[in-house]
Amino acid sequence: MLEITPSHYMVLSAALFMIGVIGVMVRRNIIIIFMSIELMLNAVNVNLAAFSQQWQHVTGQVFAIFVIAVAAAEAAVGLGIILAFYRNKETVNIDEMNVMRW
Amino acid sequence: MGEAIVFYGLSAFILGFAVLVISTRNTVHSVLFLVASFLFVAMLYVLLGAEFLAVIQVLVYAGGIVVLYLFVVMLVNLKRAPETHQDPRRQTRLGVAVAGAVLAEFLAIIVYSSTNPSAPAVLAAGEVIEGGNVEQVGWLLYTNYLIPFELASILLLVAMVGAIVLAQREL
Repeated sequence: MLEITPSHYMVLSAALFMIGVIGVMVRRNIIIIFMSIELMLNAVNVNLAAFSQQWQHVTGQVFAIFVIAVAAAEAAVGLGIILAFYRNKETVNIDEMNVMRW
Repeated sequence: MGEAIVFYGLSAFILGFAVLVISTRNTVHSVLFLVASFLFVAMLYVLLGAEFLAVIQVLVYAGGIVVLYLFVVMLVNLKRAPETHQDPRRQTRLGVAVAGAVLAEFLAIIVYSSTNPSAPAVLAAGEVIEGGNVEQVGWLLYTNYLIPFELASILLLVAMVGAIVLAQREL
């Protein structure tokens, strides 16, 4: 228990990822759902950094930086879509977002 | 021993704030809890010896992405009155308790990191990159991962143009 191994970081990462999944499943507010996705990306980054430390190799950290870049792009485009949708429909509830459903 | 204390403390904060993010009713509070969770993940990176990643986490996530979220939350007006609690001192006491715990965590990290300097990284085939964490990450980014790095910059450019087009008045 007192020695911290990569398994500890993997358990933390899995717990954080599951919190993100639960947020996506349970909440109906699309902004909260986006934040849950950011939590999941963070869980992946924790894993990458933990393995980077275990193998004494910085490639994992480089990958984590790429993940952060993709997360920034995703947040910019996703929030733009939310704004455009809100301007048309006056809602952020995903149950009412069905204009693309056939 | 010290690492275990720091790790379990940081894990408790990260998971606790993450649970608060998805369970709070008020969206603005949710975004603020997200900032706290990101900052504690950044401290976890420091514990893992990934200082550059920690700085990027604070700059990009806690500084950039979360401000974007706050702007959107304030632009989409959610028309719900903020609920008031009966005991007005309760939040003050809670805030002081959480602030004290965070301060203790900071002190534990400082004590731990001052007694355990990080080891140099070793590349494949015994190649050793000299210098600190930032130099190692920068070296890899501009040699082995140059093309993915440029692709990431193009992706960010496309996302920027896309966000501007999406946020226009007349779509």
